[in-house]
Amino acid sequence: MTAQQPPRPKNGTALTVQALSKSFGDLQVLNNIDLEIPAGQFVAVVGRSGCGKSTLLRLLAGLDQASSGELLAGSTALADNRADTRLMFQDSRLLPWKKVIDNVGLGLKGDWRPKAFEALRAVGLADRAWQWPATLSGGQKQRVALARALIHQPRLLLLDEPLGALDALTRIEMQQLIESLWQQHGFTVLLVTHDVSEAVSVADRVILIEEGEIGLDLTIDVPRPRAHGSFRLAQLEAQVLDRVLARPANPEQPEKLSPLPTQLRWAL
Amino acid sequence: MMRTSDQWLERLAPLALPILLLAAWQISVSTGWLSSRILPSPTAVLAAGWALLQSGEIWSHLAISSWRAGVGLAIGGGLGLVLGFISGLSRWGERFLDSSVQMIRNIPHLALIPLVILWFGIDESAKVFLVALGSLFPIYLNTYHGIRNVDAGLVEMSRSYGLSGFSLFWQVILPGALPSILVGLRFALGFMWLTLIVAETISASSGIGYLAMNAREFLQTDVVVLAIVLYALLGKLADTAARLLERLWLRWHPAYQKKGAKA
Repeated sequence: MTAQQPPRPKNGTALTVQALSKSFGDLQVLNNIDLEIPAGQFVAVVGRSGCGKSTLLRLLAGLDQASSGELLAGSTALADNRADTRLMFQDSRLLPWKKVIDNVGLGLKGDWRPKAFEALRAVGLADRAWQWPATLSGGQKQRVALARALIHQPRLLLLDEPLGALDALTRIEMQQLIESLWQQHGFTVLLVTHDVSEAVSVADRVILIEEGEIGLDLTIDVPRPRAHGSFRLAQLEAQVLDRVLARPANPEQPEKLSPLPTQLRWAL
Repeated sequence: MMRTSDQWLERLAPLALPILLLAAWQISVSTGWLSSRILPSPTAVLAAGWALLQSGEIWSHLAISSWRAGVGLAIGGGLGLVLGFISGLSRWGERFLDSSVQMIRNIPHLALIPLVILWFGIDESAKVFLVALGSLFPIYLNTYHGIRNVDAGLVEMSRSYGLSGFSLFWQVILPGALPSILVGLRFALGFMWLTLIVAETISASSGIGYLAMNAREFLQTDVVVLAIVLYALLGKLADTAARLLERLWLRWHPAYQKKGAKA
């Protein structure tokens, strides 16, 4: 992809979240969140399940509407920059009836095939272009989903636990892949994860969300490339974990985050 | 790698039982154990078929029956598909249509035969109407159900990638509903033949059902059995066609991918 895309100075969206709140009925999921993310930053959002981290991502992606508050990209509303924002889901959500390459080109018009090949090559799956998604492994499916997101040259990439279902080794590979693509393209990344070690090892900054509020905002000042098992990373990881574990857990609530609106299908 | 002898065994296995039954049938008739008035031997049925084939009579009956089945299915299935889309895609469509369709669905459509004869007489439109009515509901129901069960996550994803309106329908909702729609088609094919047999048996002056009823008048048991065999063959043919469609349109589905075809 690099060939066609000379590095622009600012490829990322500078994100501003102001007094963002979201409730589902009586349940307040996000409570008055303020957040400044400079362009091109790699931010990891961690928290217990049900803390509202995925809701934050869904609001940023425009899949749900905020109850109150502002989402800005630079100085304009984030909603006006939809085409610049791409979300990667926990499950790859590939259309099983489209070949891999057609999944990558979903929603594109004109002569997108060469671009789709480039995107697949970038995630190392060019040879799988003509296969059905059903023949791919979980990690490969997520790589296709990543290619599908990247082909739009997003300025803001939202990752909703995209590595959650992968095995440990595939996870590390994917982390490295995402990191290197991020370094190459310079988009802003928001990675939601429940894996603190993953958050600390890939992100510039880790944000902990507790009961709908920002509980911790930690800068990861470790130069890249980062060595796995570095002492500083372990310290930072411990710092986040201590904070998470210090607060008694609420009795696990079912994730209110994706009440995948059944109305979706109505709204054609 | 499967050994070729195993492959042949596997392919022939479904035929073993019919062949065995045919042999038993033939033997019991030719030994006089079974009166040929009750059941003529398979060879007699074959001979009757051959005679009708040579006179060319059978073709006209086959043609008219297939025509009725095809036109009825096209009308009923097409209508069922459209109504199913409307109910599945829009909340108002469902409100407006579904309860009425479900109510009519619960009337056994063959109960309408007296009324249909009053309306259309005994000409072609009566049979086409009945076949259409019989094949409408399975397709409606499965189309509606299929659309309702399209993975909401995929729809959400597609929307966030800028699909909407017709492109969302064509690229996501229709393919997602297709497995269910094809199940509906196979049900509809079953109802199609059932309805046609009954309609042709009651009132017709041509077609396979007429062939059977006419033969009954002249005690030609062999022709009656032949007509039944023809129905069975046509039913099988229709089902095979539906399977081919499934194989063609659901190639992506793991259940339809050939074993070992994974590259």
